[in-house]
Amino acid sequence: MSRPKTLRKVVAPPNFKGYKPYGTHTGTKDSVELLYEEYEAIKLADYDLMNHLEASKLMGISRPTFARIYETARRKIAKAFVEAIEIKTVYGDALLDKHWYVCDDCQTRFTIPKTIEEHQCPMCKSEQIELLNT
Amino acid sequence: MKTVITSSGENNLAQFDKRFGRAAWFCVFDEETKQTIFIKNKNINSSNGAGTMAAEQIVSMNVQKVISGDFGPKAKDLLDKFNVQMVIIQDNDITVQGIIEKLTK
Repeated sequence: MSRPKTLRKVVAPPNFKGYKPYGTHTGTKDSVELLYEEYEAIKLADYDLMNHLEASKLMGISRPTFARIYETARRKIAKAFVEAIEIKTVYGDALLDKHWYVCDDCQTRFTIPKTIEEHQCPMCKSEQIELLNT
Repeated sequence: MKTVITSSGENNLAQFDKRFGRAAWFCVFDEETKQTIFIKNKNINSSNGAGTMAAEQIVSMNVQKVISGDFGPKAKDLLDKFNVQMVIIQDNDITVQGIIEKLTK
């Protein structure tokens, strides 16, 4: 059994669920799954222009691990670009700093601990939930 | 899976209590057996640390979900650490029974 992964700290999850190419004729059949920590790596390194060491400290992982996550993130994005396929953001091994959710249907606010897999409202089982960043 | 609902009284028809650390009673609802047990909150009159002690009590009962009106910062940290799901509802006039009905629907 491989060693369990250290949770990567993610300050804020992406503000989108994915990206889709347009103007393609074939239609999108395939997709790549971009993990939250990969999004965070791209954001820290290429948007906030941090160096890998600073970024890795912020995410609570070692610099080589950060470099690996960054590498896979870039490759996934490149694959999506070249093959004109969809990018979907999925949870991954991330630990969110701010992780309160609100249900769009019944306004209940709640947390989702990492032991719970399904992302739905605990009261009305609705899947229309949004992350609160307060 | 066990759920704790903060309650102002000792039976299902009691009002839901919006406070967490100083709620009068904790209603432990077992989703498998559909049974409720009421546990008195011993820390209701303590001057400080009521939230922390309530959270410790809940963790020791092996509960996965807590429904209340609000959580203090210390209780939040503690429940978070032990992977207890926190649920905040703003509804003032709901009874414990009403919450259970919503949960089991």
